[in-house]
Amino acid sequence: MVRFENVGLRYGLGPEVLRDLTFRIEPHSFQFLTGPSGAGKTSLLRLMFMSLKPTRGLISMFDREVGTLDKNALAMLRRRIGIVFQDFRLLDHLTTYENVALPLRVMGMDEASYRGEVMELLEWVGLGDRIDALPPVLSGGEKQRAAIARAVIGRPQLLLADEPTGNVDPMLAERLLRLFVELYKSGTSVVIATHDIALMNQYNARRLVLHEGRLHNYE
Amino acid sequence: MTVQMAESGEQRVTRMQRFASRGDAPILPKSSIAGRALVAVVAIMTFLAALTTGAVMLVRAAASEWQADVTREVTIQVRPVDGRDIEDEVKRAVALARVFPGVAEVRPYSKEESARLLEPWLGAGARLDELPVPRLIVVRVAPGAAPDFAQLRKSLSEQVAGASLDDHRAWVDRIAAMAGVAVLGGGLVLALMLAATVLSVMFATRGAMAINRPIVEVLHFTGATDGFIANEFQRHFLALGLKGGVIGGVAAMALFALVGLALEGLFGGAARDQFGLLFGRHSIGFLGYAAVVAEIALIALVTAATSRYTVNRTLQTIE
Repeated sequence: MVRFENVGLRYGLGPEVLRDLTFRIEPHSFQFLTGPSGAGKTSLLRLMFMSLKPTRGLISMFDREVGTLDKNALAMLRRRIGIVFQDFRLLDHLTTYENVALPLRVMGMDEASYRGEVMELLEWVGLGDRIDALPPVLSGGEKQRAAIARAVIGRPQLLLADEPTGNVDPMLAERLLRLFVELYKSGTSVVIATHDIALMNQYNARRLVLHEGRLHNYE
Repeated sequence: MTVQMAESGEQRVTRMQRFASRGDAPILPKSSIAGRALVAVVAIMTFLAALTTGAVMLVRAAASEWQADVTREVTIQVRPVDGRDIEDEVKRAVALARVFPGVAEVRPYSKEESARLLEPWLGAGARLDELPVPRLIVVRVAPGAAPDFAQLRKSLSEQVAGASLDDHRAWVDRIAAMAGVAVLGGGLVLALMLAATVLSVMFATRGAMAINRPIVEVLHFTGATDGFIANEFQRHFLALGLKGGVIGGVAAMALFALVGLALEGLFGGAARDQFGLLFGRHSIGFLGYAAVVAEIALIALVTAATSRYTVNRTLQTIE
């Protein structure tokens, strides 16, 4: 599903922040991506999300080599990936419902055709009574859940989450983790970037550890 | 989660119904687009464009009326020639003109009438008999006819001594040239205003994109194509363009109507006569209003197309 071969990344003329990354993310798999702050977790996620281009090496997503694709083809590939940002990136002028429905709207779907589905997902993540609220009045946990709902509404084959439990209490973190595991069980490949050891200890899964720009794999 | 699940189906249906009454909010917040200033610019541009068009149309209509007036008659001038009786020559010229195809009416000025024409210059007591005063014959052209004046001129010079034909060509040419310059000038002004509108919209779009950069990024992350993003901007700017265009266009139409009304009634007398003398009995008619409506549509479309172009150009530069 995701294949990295000898991928390196540097910003501008700086040192390489990621070096010789070679790994695969298999379909229907669950893994944590971890490492100390500044190890390059977010950069790696952005490479997987095709919002950054590697300075060397080869990345292929869904069996297509990323370097050869034009912008439209990249947009089409991104629709198969859901991403949860550390800072949520919800649009403040749209309601929770509209934020979550955005990926479907962007695909050109009619509002009536997805309303039921979005409502159901919002109920499922516990935001059923917050559909009309704007992000600025949501709590951190509510925003987090809205961002996750937005990432999964399009039924992605790959879900990338950047510190999805960074802003919530352990109780909610556990609940969110259960949500990701549910998604994994329903067929989505999940990559969770986190440095929360407690969270990783709750679920036994493959760990990709970034250290000084290199990746170490612990099955 | 179980708590939510336990919620009764009825409650959920009510919530969805309440929600269903709302439409989708625009992805770009209205307030973040340099709206009001742009609407004002577009309104002013449309207003000025409409005024220019109105003025050009008025000048053209007046010019064509003057032109029609002037070409509706020609003048035959018969100068006295030594040894020939001018009365005979005039009679011969009249006879010749009368049978010429396309001529409706021929009226020679009598000696007395010629004298009256010269009175302002020569005084009432002038003895014209001693002066070689030419005689004029007014030839009215039949409506819709285009007589061959070259042929008439040729026949006259061959058969009538001292006769010449003045078809007022010089005046017609001048009026046509003046009308042409007015139209050209108007076109130039319109082109400049359109260019200014395009530039304003470009700046406004760039500003809006800079302000909405986070939104554009989120749209990209959710799988939006550049085309989708451009559509969102275009829809906004089309709405702004239409709003500004309608404000400016309606203001211009109101002004046209007001001027027309004022000339009809309020001022009456002198002002109307003056205006009528200059421009004839023209007003901005149906065609003028249609032109303003077309301009509103044009400016709105140009606004939308410009923003689309600018968005596409800007998106090319960001990854």
